[in-house]
Amino acid sequence: MTALAWLIPAALALGALGLVAFMWALRTGQYDDLDGAAWRALDDDPVSPKKGPRDGEQ
Amino acid sequence: MAQALGPQLELGSLEPRKSVSDQKMAPRGVASVDPLAAAVGRQFTFVVENMRCGGCMRKVETALLGVAGTMSARVNLSTGRVGIVVDRSIKANSEPYIEALKSAGFTARELPSDEAVSNSLDEDLERRLAVAGFATMNIMLLSVAVWSGAGGDMEKSLQTALHWLSAVIAIPAVAYAGVPFFASALAAIRARRINMDVPISLGVLLATGMSLYQTTQVSEQVYFDAAVSLLFFLLIGRVLDQKMRRQAKSAAENFLGLLSPATTIVHSDGATERIATSAVRPGMALIIAAGERVPVDAKVTRGRAEIDEALLTGETVPRQVLEGGSLYAGTINLGGPVEAVATAVEDNTLLAEIARLMQTAEQARGRYVRLADRAARLYAPAVHILGLATFIGWMWVGYTWEPALTAAIAVLIVTCPCALALAVPAVQVAAIGRLFKRGIVVKAPDGLERLSEVDTIVLDKTGTLTLGEPELVPGDDVSDDVLAKAAALAANSRHPYARAVVKAAYARGLTVVPVAGVEEIAGSGLRASLDGSEVKLGSPAFCDLAALANETGTGGAGEEASLWLRHGHARPTAFRFIDPLRSDASTVVARLIQLGYAVELLSGDRTAIVAATAKASGITQWRAEVRPDEKTHRLDELKAEGRKVLMVGDGLNDAPALASAHASIAPATAADISQTASDVIFQGSKLSPLIETLAVAKASQRAALGNFAISIGYNVIFVPLAVMGIVTPIIAAIAMSLSSITVTANAIWLGHKRLKDAT
Repeated sequence: MTALAWLIPAALALGALGLVAFMWALRTGQYDDLDGAAWRALDDDPVSPKKGPRDGEQ
Repeated sequence: MAQALGPQLELGSLEPRKSVSDQKMAPRGVASVDPLAAAVGRQFTFVVENMRCGGCMRKVETALLGVAGTMSARVNLSTGRVGIVVDRSIKANSEPYIEALKSAGFTARELPSDEAVSNSLDEDLERRLAVAGFATMNIMLLSVAVWSGAGGDMEKSLQTALHWLSAVIAIPAVAYAGVPFFASALAAIRARRINMDVPISLGVLLATGMSLYQTTQVSEQVYFDAAVSLLFFLLIGRVLDQKMRRQAKSAAENFLGLLSPATTIVHSDGATERIATSAVRPGMALIIAAGERVPVDAKVTRGRAEIDEALLTGETVPRQVLEGGSLYAGTINLGGPVEAVATAVEDNTLLAEIARLMQTAEQARGRYVRLADRAARLYAPAVHILGLATFIGWMWVGYTWEPALTAAIAVLIVTCPCALALAVPAVQVAAIGRLFKRGIVVKAPDGLERLSEVDTIVLDKTGTLTLGEPELVPGDDVSDDVLAKAAALAANSRHPYARAVVKAAYARGLTVVPVAGVEEIAGSGLRASLDGSEVKLGSPAFCDLAALANETGTGGAGEEASLWLRHGHARPTAFRFIDPLRSDASTVVARLIQLGYAVELLSGDRTAIVAATAKASGITQWRAEVRPDEKTHRLDELKAEGRKVLMVGDGLNDAPALASAHASIAPATAADISQTASDVIFQGSKLSPLIETLAVAKASQRAALGNFAISIGYNVIFVPLAVMGIVTPIIAAIAMSLSSITVTANAIWLGHKRLKDAT
């Protein structure tokens, strides 16, 4: 029976962890652009600002 | 999280609407680039056209970051928008960014930064759903332990401890997750009405309160699980509902973004002035320059316009508009400048009308959902009276208030409209999900209901039975040499004929080397100089061969139009195009006829072409050269005969017919207006989604009716038992969950089972 004393809190804590993870994901917009994220995974290097104009790049 | 919160607090109401889905935390989309940038910068949001893949995404971001002062740029591909943060010290307006995107090949338009609040509701529901889900799962975990130990070897003290634990989880969860229902119920009661949320709220609150009381009494009659799982299931439905509306709203906003911001008007003395489009009034004279978007609905007064109406009709071949012809806001003038007079502005334009339709489309509700709402008005008071009567009855017979209240709660839980409320939405979600996986989008909420009643199918030709993309007539006597030359010129153009030529060249395995210095004359053709002499690819008139074209006589069945190649003084070559049938058109038509549908073809095209298409696809009932109003007229005739007509079409000319038919389907390549008017949109180059859609629609209506039967039958059996006190609240809660699970399982099964109608 004493096993329950830590098993139940452990189960609840893991559940709460999942809940917090979901809340974080929602808050930081992880679900905002599901289509774009799939493509971004293919990019090697992120573009950084102020590299001067690169017009007409096609 | 602190990072994301900081900028938001600082920006406050200045924050522009980045996208409908993330405006609440606007800077977060860019926070991954530089969290500080969001705090110090100004933000702009642009709608970018034709941004469909990772490559475009990268080009757009690179182009924007190339403008001095841009601190970060982040594309949201799902919404078709890009949000940028600009250094506050640079007094920038949106112009340089739009220009930068233009030179990268994208047309963009700034989204206004008002209405920064509306989205908070969605995420709010999602958070409540997450909490309810967490609580449901953990309480169920404890409940299963209690149930399996009940009456067995579980000590009373442990059971009570588990009950207290459930209470600790359930009470905050109910208080948080139940708010949308409580608020709605309260509002209804204040307005002296009763809606479905009243019995839900009452059931949840009473069940929670009674469970808490029973826990303090060390009783076994505890059912926190029932209260929380009820909230969880109901919230799932609400979240899905919100999601659909959000998408519709965002699409409509993007659409309106396509209107051009400024317009050139002509004063009565002939002077021109550039004014904001919002200031244009009907009757004003306008000049629409070459390559400019038509700002308002207008009528041509002088000049000949060559209009790209792809936005409205999906038609890739530009339309010629002569004097007196109508121009629609949002279309592009590819020809020379034209003078026109405004006929409709702002909210009265066709484009605004379409956007409005899109916005309201999702707000309409299915007939069965409406039926459920109406039933709730009768059902809810009945439930309350029944519960109260049970309580009074038990007291009257001579019991104490405890068993009387227990019986009354059992009645409230048993009659809880959970299964009833889930019956239709669960089936709809399953059916819509199943179709969605096949690239079929159900737009109208009651679309499936109406599709299931259809007995006659009317098809359009171009873009529906056919692909709507011109293709070079196979087997024509164009030599490889000539084709390669034409393709070399055509590679410089995006005109559908030019693309067809290039495609044909590749199909023959020719290498296409684009010629440099090609000049494109809008609406006429392409010109370049090759080997010292002039090469022209374009219309007969453009190639100076009007006379020759007549001589040659071009009029074969199925032929769409022609293009000519002239190199110096050599004999010009004709390229002929056809619009090929969708590969499975004839099998689909045959299958539909076999399934008992009457199939008809209505087309605005020439008789010879329509006859050939009808023959090839196996349709015996057909009409050619039908005007849009005649299509509607024909649908009315069929309606008068008592037929339920499904209209399948794609062009602007089909839109009225799509709207007036009993149900309608459009391919994804269709004009936006047609997509708006139709209930269902399908992707891909095949016609078979038509059969799948009809099969799923029929099956979903069977499943919905089955679910109604299950939930009503369940009430008929359990309500009398609960009134008599034979069913305790815990059994009622289990039975209620079982009925919800049966109903949901029935719906999920629909999502997976093989339908015999579907191919």
